[in-house]
Amino acid sequence: MLKLFRQNLGPALVITRREVRDQFRDWRILFPILMLTLFFPALMNFTAERALRFVENFGAPVIGERLIPFLLMIVGFFPVSVSLVIALESFVGEKERHSIEPLLSSPLSDWQLYLGKLLAAVLTPLMASYLGIAVYMVGVYRKLGWLPDSVLLSQILLLTSVQAVLMVSGAVVISSQTTSVRAANLLASFIIIPMALLIQGESIVMFWGRYQILWWAIAGLVVVTSLLVRAGVAHFSREELLGKELDSLNFRWGWQVFIQKFSDGAHSLLGWYRQVFSLVSREMVIPSILVGLVLVAGIWVGTTQAKVFVLPPELMQLDSLEGGAFQGTDVIRFYSVTGVGSVWLHNIRAIVLASLLGLFSFGVLGVIILMLPLALVGYFMASLTTVGMSPALFFGSFVLPHGILEIPAIILAGGAILRLGATLATPSHGQTVGEALLNSLADWFRVMIGLVLPLLLGAAILEVYLTPRIVTMVLGG
Amino acid sequence: MIITDDLSKNFDSFWAVDGVNLRVMPGEVLALLGPNGAGKTTTVRMLTSVLKPSRGQAQVAGFDVVHDAQKVRASVGVLTEQHGLYGRMPANEYLDFFGQVYGMDFQTRRARSARLLSDFGLVMDAHRKIGEYSKGMRQKLALARAMLHDPPVLLLDEPTSAMDPESARLVRDSIRELRSARRSIVICTHNLAEAEELADHIAIIRQGVIIASGVTAELKRTLLGPVEYEVRFGAPLPAETISVPAGTHIVELGADWFRFSTIKPSETNPILLRQLLDQGFAVVSLREAPRSLEQVYLQAMSQVPEVEPAYA
Repeated sequence: MLKLFRQNLGPALVITRREVRDQFRDWRILFPILMLTLFFPALMNFTAERALRFVENFGAPVIGERLIPFLLMIVGFFPVSVSLVIALESFVGEKERHSIEPLLSSPLSDWQLYLGKLLAAVLTPLMASYLGIAVYMVGVYRKLGWLPDSVLLSQILLLTSVQAVLMVSGAVVISSQTTSVRAANLLASFIIIPMALLIQGESIVMFWGRYQILWWAIAGLVVVTSLLVRAGVAHFSREELLGKELDSLNFRWGWQVFIQKFSDGAHSLLGWYRQVFSLVSREMVIPSILVGLVLVAGIWVGTTQAKVFVLPPELMQLDSLEGGAFQGTDVIRFYSVTGVGSVWLHNIRAIVLASLLGLFSFGVLGVIILMLPLALVGYFMASLTTVGMSPALFFGSFVLPHGILEIPAIILAGGAILRLGATLATPSHGQTVGEALLNSLADWFRVMIGLVLPLLLGAAILEVYLTPRIVTMVLGG
Repeated sequence: MIITDDLSKNFDSFWAVDGVNLRVMPGEVLALLGPNGAGKTTTVRMLTSVLKPSRGQAQVAGFDVVHDAQKVRASVGVLTEQHGLYGRMPANEYLDFFGQVYGMDFQTRRARSARLLSDFGLVMDAHRKIGEYSKGMRQKLALARAMLHDPPVLLLDEPTSAMDPESARLVRDSIRELRSARRSIVICTHNLAEAEELADHIAIIRQGVIIASGVTAELKRTLLGPVEYEVRFGAPLPAETISVPAGTHIVELGADWFRFSTIKPSETNPILLRQLLDQGFAVVSLREAPRSLEQVYLQAMSQVPEVEPAYA
């Protein structure tokens, strides 16, 4: 077992050792790391001390108390941000300088090369980060006598580590799609912007003092990082790395691939529909089941939130439907009768948004967007029990009349979004990433045009003409 | 040994290599010639299992390039067009690193590195950073890297480019040595004189298709016609005074030389020589008219016109 482990991991560590040694020979990497490890924590010590004294003058020591752990997180994150630069340099830089080709011609496997480089890009910044955290903690302890509890320290160390791997794995995905450091740096905004938003979110949590939320952040980051690593392994292949010489788009070829998959050899509308049904029954069963489960989870989440955000009973006037049974629900677009076209377009817009977000998050954010209406359903189902309405009656009158078409449409759309997002994280044998993505996109269009849009149109008609009548009938208005 | 059958590679819709058939036995050198972008590098990358063929198959050192990719890569030494060396690394460390990558033990890689650095005259500079090396030194180091694990197959892209004549001679001698040691070698080069000097077989590739291949002499015969012979005299002489025996035909005439073709040189050439001497002409030489590989290459190129790239 140990021998097998050494045989497989050994070559990867050869790459790691070389790259780390190379980093220590490059002052452009060493200098910022040293600055962020030694000077920056000292600066943060100074800032924490000054800030604490300042806010104490105004009787607001809580700000200072929250600032110290927040700075601990920042001190840990800054050196880790260098890993993005190292990763881009290590992956696409080697490609640009052609030094990757001798490595690709060696007996190393794709994943050994990937792992070796991933470790090399993560190791130095992470060590610098831990050192920075230690320097900061020593300083804060000496000046203010503060030490983080073991849970908070574990959270910060875990966050820092996962963020480093996240940035590097993201950088690999970017690197595999570009041939120059310049192009990769431009595309790196796809990592930097979400990371900046993430840090802002974490900062809010830290100042709010709800540190347990950080566990959710860590869990979410672990999931996204795993998907990115999976995508990185899938894309870091010899074929992808050397298969193209220029970052050029071949629209003619792209269109040919897309249209070929979209038509799937059908010569008539009936034939095309047969292919769409075949696609759904062959490849969309598992993603659709997954989405179905997520939607059920959405209803459950909604019901739990009804206890947190309680709706005032006076808002739920079930005895005066003409005056608006649920005042304010139109604002959140849960229930609005504004015409078939409007309802249909609104739903299409939501699905397009979900698809776009899904494309950049391996389908995850897309499915979360689709989960929201069902969470609202769950929320109202639970809220209405307080005014004596049964959840089943609510679901049967308010949701089911049009939901009978809309819910299957959402499940199918979600399945298509998951498949589209998963394409990026799945190795596509015999296909380039572009080819696989175009094929998935064509499948997405087939499901959308063939099934989802007609179902949503039907649902919109029912929502406008049938649901209000049933609601009125059931509630006896 | 390298054997390819209908080896093809398609990028998006473009066939970079289309139906290449090659055969390089142990102890043979094949020169793969062709203009830039002809498909040489793509062919080499498929032979090193770096790119997967879209069609066809290839065996390198007895292993299939798709199914035994790792074994193929372990059996091949590659000199890439761009050397891809690490500028901040000293040469000895660089070779040691690649020795580890190829799974060589410490003693072996140390001995092999020392031997190759010595063979290529780099011992004195072994501790210097590669970034400080001249172009020729880098080329030699890259070649040493390709030979480090003593592979049975060598794929060398422009092995002597950027080298001074002395270094180029050193490299050519190394290649000859490797051939004697029953290695199969493929050289991609624009240096036709070098190809002619080193290669047993020539393959000319254009737009991904092999347009001519074979033993150099055979290619010359096929593409340039039958062998011609040239007679040179010590002094100019009037053209009308020259008479040639039956079965020979003068194709070109100069002031003090003429070129002729013949179907049976072993019979006609001694007669011609005797006849000229009997006539009192001061014959300086009678030899096969030199025909370079360059002529063969240009002839092959002119025979097959360039066409629009093939799209799938």
